[in-house]
Amino acid sequence: MVEVQGITKQYGGKNVIENISLKIPKGKITSFIGPNGAGKSTLLSVISRLIKADEGNVWIDDKEVSTCNSNELAKKVSILKQANSINIRLTVKELVCFGRFPYSQGRLKKEDWLHIEEAIEYMELKDMEDMYLDQLSGGQKQRAFIAMVIAQNTEYILLDEPLNNLDMKHSVQIMKVLQRLVKDLNKTVVIVIHDINFASCYSDYIVALKDGLVISEGTKEAMMQSDVLKKIYEMEMPIQTINDNKICVYFS
Amino acid sequence: MGYKPKLAILAALALVLIVLFMVVGANGNWDYILPSRGKKLFAIVLTGAAIAFATMVFQTITNNRILTPSILGLDSLYMLLQTSFIFFLGSTSQALLNRELNFLLSVAMMVFFSFVLYKLLFKREGPNDIYFLLLIGIICGTFFSSLSSFMQMVIDPNEFMTIQDRMFASFNNVNTDILWLSALLLLLCSLYFLRFSKYLDILSLGRDHAVNLGVPYDRVVKRLLIIIFVLIAIATALVGPMTFLGLLVANVAHEFLKTYKHGALIIGSVLISIIALVGGQFIVERIFTFSTTVSVIINFIGGVYFIYLLLRRNKAW
Repeated sequence: MVEVQGITKQYGGKNVIENISLKIPKGKITSFIGPNGAGKSTLLSVISRLIKADEGNVWIDDKEVSTCNSNELAKKVSILKQANSINIRLTVKELVCFGRFPYSQGRLKKEDWLHIEEAIEYMELKDMEDMYLDQLSGGQKQRAFIAMVIAQNTEYILLDEPLNNLDMKHSVQIMKVLQRLVKDLNKTVVIVIHDINFASCYSDYIVALKDGLVISEGTKEAMMQSDVLKKIYEMEMPIQTINDNKICVYFS
Repeated sequence: MGYKPKLAILAALALVLIVLFMVVGANGNWDYILPSRGKKLFAIVLTGAAIAFATMVFQTITNNRILTPSILGLDSLYMLLQTSFIFFLGSTSQALLNRELNFLLSVAMMVFFSFVLYKLLFKREGPNDIYFLLLIGIICGTFFSSLSSFMQMVIDPNEFMTIQDRMFASFNNVNTDILWLSALLLLLCSLYFLRFSKYLDILSLGRDHAVNLGVPYDRVVKRLLIIIFVLIAIATALVGPMTFLGLLVANVAHEFLKTYKHGALIIGSVLISIIALVGGQFIVERIFTFSTTVSVIINFIGGVYFIYLLLRRNKAW
C-alpha cells in the first residue's frame, strides 16, 4: 500500500501541495483529478521520488521512500511522466529493453527477454517493434512507453496524464490496458487524469485536489456527484447515468 | 551496417595514420625520429582520448549535443593562470619555464576551481542544478578571459608573445615525465569511471526516466562531473586549450555510429579524436611545415561544424 503523510512542496515560497495525507488502495485504479495547477502531477512526482518533498513522508509497503535503495524501489514503483521526449533515436524494442534495467543492470538475461516480449505483446506492438519512436504516431509512442513500464514489472504503476493528446480510440485502448493490468496481474495503478468521465468509467477510487489540498476523496460512486464535482471545478456539473456509468455532461 | 564493423574501420584508419605519422619523411634517422615522434604521438593519443571521453559523457549527462566541457570555464582559467604567471612573475620564471611545475600548478588550480564551483553549487538540491552549474561556468569563464585580456593589454609586447604561444594547443614540446603522470591520472579516472559506465545509456533518456529506472541520479551525475573536470584539466594543462575538438568528435561519433550504446560511442569518439589529431598534426608538420598548430585547424573545422549544427537544429524546430 502507498501511504502519504503530511507532504508539503514549495516552489519559490509558494506551497504547490500542502500537508497532503492519503492512502492509495492496493490492487485498484486510483485517479487524481482536479483543476490545472492543483498539484496533481507534483504529488505523483513526490510519491515516485522524482521530486523531493520539503516536508512529510511517503511509505510504500511500509518502507520510507527517501531511505530506500533507488534500484530496489525501481522494482516496486514505476512512473511515466506526460512529456516523454527523448534525445536519442531508439526502436520500440530498445526502449522496452530499458525497462529491465533495474533487474539486468544493462546485461539482459533470458528472463528479461521473456518480460520484454510479453510487454510488447501486451501492448500489441509486435508488428512495429523494430520501428523508431520518431516514426510512430502519438498513440503508438504512448503505448511503447507503457510497454516499457510493463516490462519494468512493478507492483505500483504511476502515470501522469497517460491520455494527453490521444484520440478517443487510443484513450479507451490505454484505459482498458490499465484495467487489465489491475485485473490480470494485480497491479496498483495511479493516474493523473483530466477527463472526469474516463476517471468515472475506469477507476475504482478518486482523489480530488484543489489549490494544493485534497478536498475530497472516495469511491467513484461517492465522488461522481454534482455537488462534489461542483466544489472541485466551480461550475455546474450535471450527472447522468448511462449504461451504469455516471457521466458528467459539463459541455454547456 | 552495425557499429562493430564501423569501429573496426575507425581503428584501422587510426592505425594507418599513426604509422604514416611515424615513418613518413624519416630519411633513415630512426634513432632520433622514432622516440621524438613517439612522444608526440603519446601526447596526442592522451589528449585526444581525454577530450573525446569527457565530451561524450558531458553531452550525455546534460542531454545536449552542442555543449562542450569548455563551457565549464576550465580553458579560460588555464589561460588566466598562464597570463598571471607572466604578469606577476615574468616570462623567465620557473612557473612558466619548468614544464613539470607549470603542469602541476595548472592541474592543481583547475581541479581546485572545479571543486569550489562544485561544492558551492551542490549544496542546494534540485533538478536544475546542472544548468545552474553551466551558467556559473559561463560567467566564470567570461570573467577569467576578460581578466586575462586585461593583463595581456598591459604587459610588455615581448612577453605577450610567450602568452600567445600558450593560447593554442601544441604537441611540439611536451615533457615525457608529464606524459607518464597524465597517463596515470587518465588511467585512474577510467578505472573510477567503470563503476558508473552501466548508467550512461540510461542517463541519455533524461533525468525522469533514469530515476524511474533506479539510477541514483544525483550521486552518479556528481561523480561523472568530477571525472570530466579532471580529464579536461589534464588535457588542457598538457597541451593547451582545444575548444572545439570534443564537440567535433562527439558529434561525428554519433552521426557515424548511429547507436545509443555508450560503450561503442566512447571508443568511437576516442578513435575519431585520434584520427583528427594525428591526421591534423601530420598535415601541420608535412604540408604546412610547422607554420601553424593543429589546434588552429581543429578549431577552424570544429567552428564551422558547430555553426552547421546550430543551423540544422534551427531548421528542425
